[in-house]
Amino acid sequence: MPKLTTAGQLSTPTVSPRLLVTALAVVALMLLVTYLVAFDQGAVSRSGMFLHELMHDGRHLLGVPCH
Amino acid sequence: MSLSTSSKAPGFGALLLRGLLAGLIAGLLAGVFAYAFGEPKVDAAIALEEAAAHATGEPSHHADELVSRDGQRGGLFLATALYGAAMGGILATAYTLLRRRLRTPSNTRAALSLAGAALLGLVLVPYVKYPPNPPAVGDPATINQRTISYLAIVVIGLVAVWAAVVAKRTQPSEWRQAIAAVVGFLVVVVVGYALLPNISEVPATFPPDLLWSFRLASLGTQVVLWTALGLAYAALLSYSGRRQATQPERQSVTA
Repeated sequence: MPKLTTAGQLSTPTVSPRLLVTALAVVALMLLVTYLVAFDQGAVSRSGMFLHELMHDGRHLLGVPCH
Repeated sequence: MSLSTSSKAPGFGALLLRGLLAGLIAGLLAGVFAYAFGEPKVDAAIALEEAAAHATGEPSHHADELVSRDGQRGGLFLATALYGAAMGGILATAYTLLRRRLRTPSNTRAALSLAGAALLGLVLVPYVKYPPNPPAVGDPATINQRTISYLAIVVIGLVAVWAAVVAKRTQPSEWRQAIAAVVGFLVVVVVGYALLPNISEVPATFPPDLLWSFRLASLGTQVVLWTALGLAYAALLSYSGRRQATQPERQSVTA
């Protein structure tokens, strides 16, 4: 196993609690976008149905269950 | 650990921005693939759906459609671009948090491994259990149950990849690591496949070759997305690395 290298070659910030919170928020936002694209069934709102219909083909081709 | 922070290390924001950009590129490329190879199959399936609706006397979808077929073809690119960007954001977050745990000195290798892990866990494992279906296949009444099962298999796929890594790291020699990784992966996948319900809703009348070519196009779309995402992210990382790191010792150790 190669040794973990010196700091200069590591290209990420150290993981701090603050970073974790930010990361969690980002992931939540990304999952919200994914939900709107792939899973919103439009049962609630008409705009939801609009999104569903608009991105209908993408849903099917991205392998997500659809109607 | 004595890994002190480098003042040159890019922050989360910079890594995230590159992930979003890479995801947007990958999503658009996947959209192009899906448009070329997937749309004809979707059209054919919709034609069958309409014909079936006509035969049973149901009102055609056309009457109350919110978005025209042309709109849906454009929406395809919106869907893949947004989905790609979201996956890029998640990849960048995973990279930021896990980079130091991936035992390789190469950033490219790290980015590609994460994208490969996602392709395996998020795409291939779910694909085998719940292959994607074209329009005209699937009972609307079971959509909730199908969606939950699909999400469950996605989680199982990711757990399986994680199990492979954990199992690999328990072993001392390379060949034993390889076997342990495969066994760890398979145990989780087999248990998951066995526990989740089977879904077979393809009507007997649906043309098998259309089903096959649709599923191939769908697999291709997702493979293009994750491959392009991994490559684009690795490229953007090395670009940023080259710009700020004028330090001469470019390490050439490959793990």
